[in-house]
Amino acid sequence: MKTVFKRTPTYKDVPTHYCPGCGHGIAHRLLAEVIDELDIRDRTIGIAPVGCAVLEYDYIDVDMVEVAHGRAPAVATGMKRTNPDKIIFSYQGDGDLASIGAGEILHAGHRGEQITVIFINNAVYGMTGGQMAPTTMLNQVTTTTPKGRNAVEQGYPMQVCELLAVLPGTIYIERCAMSNPAAIKNAKKALRHAFELQVEGAQGMSLVEILSPCPTYWRMNPPDAMAWIDREMVKAFPLGKIK
Amino acid sequence: MQDTKNELYEELIIAGFGGQGIMLAGKLLAQTAMNCGREVTYMPSYGAEVRGGTANCMLVIADNEIACPVVGKPDSLVVMNKASLNKFAPILKNNGLLIFNSSLIDIEPDVDESIEVIRLPADELAVELGSIKAANMVALGAYLQARGFLDIESAIQALPEILAERYHKTLPLNSEALRRGAQFAAGAIRR
Amino acid sequence: MKVNTELTTTKRVLMCGNEALAEAAIIAGVDAYFGYPITPQNEIPAYMAKRMPEEGRVFVQSESELAAINMIFGAAATGKRAMTSSSSPGISLMQEGISYLAGAELPAVIVNVMRGGPGLGNIAASQSDYFQATRGGGHGDYRTIVLAPASAQEMADVMPLAFDLADQYRMPVMILADGLLGQMMEPVLLEKKEKRKLPPKDWALTGAKDRPQNIVRSLWLKEGVLEKLNEKLQARYAQIAENEVLCEQYKVEDSDIVLIAYGISARIVKSAVTKARKEGIKAGWIRPVTLWPFPSEQISKAAEELRIFLTVELSCGQMVEDVKLAVAGKSPVLFFGRTGGGVPTVDDVLNQIRQLTIKHKS
Repeated sequence: MKTVFKRTPTYKDVPTHYCPGCGHGIAHRLLAEVIDELDIRDRTIGIAPVGCAVLEYDYIDVDMVEVAHGRAPAVATGMKRTNPDKIIFSYQGDGDLASIGAGEILHAGHRGEQITVIFINNAVYGMTGGQMAPTTMLNQVTTTTPKGRNAVEQGYPMQVCELLAVLPGTIYIERCAMSNPAAIKNAKKALRHAFELQVEGAQGMSLVEILSPCPTYWRMNPPDAMAWIDREMVKAFPLGKIK
Repeated sequence: MQDTKNELYEELIIAGFGGQGIMLAGKLLAQTAMNCGREVTYMPSYGAEVRGGTANCMLVIADNEIACPVVGKPDSLVVMNKASLNKFAPILKNNGLLIFNSSLIDIEPDVDESIEVIRLPADELAVELGSIKAANMVALGAYLQARGFLDIESAIQALPEILAERYHKTLPLNSEALRRGAQFAAGAIRR
Repeated sequence: MKVNTELTTTKRVLMCGNEALAEAAIIAGVDAYFGYPITPQNEIPAYMAKRMPEEGRVFVQSESELAAINMIFGAAATGKRAMTSSSSPGISLMQEGISYLAGAELPAVIVNVMRGGPGLGNIAASQSDYFQATRGGGHGDYRTIVLAPASAQEMADVMPLAFDLADQYRMPVMILADGLLGQMMEPVLLEKKEKRKLPPKDWALTGAKDRPQNIVRSLWLKEGVLEKLNEKLQARYAQIAENEVLCEQYKVEDSDIVLIAYGISARIVKSAVTKARKEGIKAGWIRPVTLWPFPSEQISKAAEELRIFLTVELSCGQMVEDVKLAVAGKSPVLFFGRTGGGVPTVDDVLNQIRQLTIKHKS
């Protein structure tokens, strides 16, 4: 029998703790595939965030560290500066990167740290039970915006890519989605490019934002969640290469 | 100068306003003392003041290990402005030494009769040598002469070690100022 | 490119405490320094900014103390020797990271050149972070080793020890100094110290080449796992308390009054005790060099005979609580201190000794 598809070795053969329809699993697989395709597993160090992906090291088979909420870009700075030959990535959610860690990501980008950032935007806090994130959509209901997000009181969804793109220290920024096969393929291309830049020693930070479904806290079934990304989320977070 | 068994234990405060080179004078004294094999501690006041604020440093120079670097009651006091005189003269030890910059201090210090007082026109002497900025060195020269446990030439030798290289063109001026201060103190009428 | 021009000297050099500490860290093999400006420790980052690149090592001015401690976390996780320095308010911000370092069992050296608090306080010397330093400071069941130098020379001497202790026990080590120690200049001899025999850092993240993946973490959700980890840490702390206590003492056995002080206060106390002895007062002193582990045994032993214990601090009384715990009611324990930037003079302390010993006799 001919093998047409197999698990990439860096993606561990274990069940994940993610909810059905969650985007983290797909993003993990793409990440692992890119690491294997570029043959950088034995010199890659990953940083897991605080959030649903906190146990990322249980699934991605590279050296990994789990760090304080939002501080991954600072940790990555410490790693990359002392180990310029290693490939350093951080994997962060929207609460982690855009809320509590807004300072760290901004300054890592500002300094042009040679790291790769994977930014999972699912418009909600998953791990803590569905609270408002900086990227929560207007009118989106969360446990802390029971009447829907209201721009006057809670501000607009935060556009991280556009914010970081103005910094000279960022070299590559693209927004992708886990919402349909074409978008997923494109996300893999973007991830690969972001890692390639670091492998080449390009001077600056690269970041790939991934719009990712959270059926549980969007209170939708998985197909509806995927469709909601393509129909609604992309209005606040347009896809494509930002920089 | 506590002189039990002829052991040196000198506690000193140098004070003035920021910009008068107080810290530099203190550092030079510390460097000279160390070069001459003495134990020394130098404690600067530190803070937001750079120019115009108050500045002072405390030094302890001794033959043996120095325990406390914080000077509560100095044996000697070198003050370059009136505010510093007012602040520190009351804590000066009896039988101590007071050198004050009479160019800027127009009052007669009210100190115990046992205290040796040198009225030093430090600014005027420095201006005569070419720059008012050397007044700190004039004062230090006078102090070294009055105390006598370190010689002026050692201080002159230590100058390049504490002056940043970009200021080395001022070495001759500062050396002269040290000598001029010493000369003044040697001939000064003391009380 | 490694230039390797480490400033070891055979002659004494006049240096301020902050610079002595910085150069000693370089000699001790620090790979990276991360920090954020705050008075009165700014000489350290300035020195490191110049010297670390000369040595081919890493210096980064971080955007905050939060970032600085996490940069250390990153460098330490890869097995590097990393340090930061700050002063009280900045150290408060670092507590999150220190707790994570403790939880992840990562070695790091953190220098606190204390200033007055609470709040923004002032920039004058203070010893009011004793509680924070010795009780862990951040959240969770952990300790940090705390070293308290008392001279510019010791600011240098504690650095190789701090890095060795951090590596040996895989935990953060804090140097607790103060503004006066940081700013004052004294002759310093900088020597290269022999490293302790240290365990290999086989846990470090170096890329999973020819070995299984390494994970550095502090999250343990499975029932009972965190309890086990904390018990392991406690066993390690007990071992440290057993083996790593450092303290100096003077004429304790032959004393009616024992003064206890650390850091700059110990210098004042030493002079006051010497003066008291000249007056015929039987005074002695104990100076803890490690604040955690605390020299409780030494103090407890001194308390076996009835004598007065007087703790002197630049605080409203923090270490005095540890002294009371050690003395355990066997003798009176009193406190004398100044706060908010005030520094007692030798005569202030001497007067306390006189009064207490007169009262004691009567």
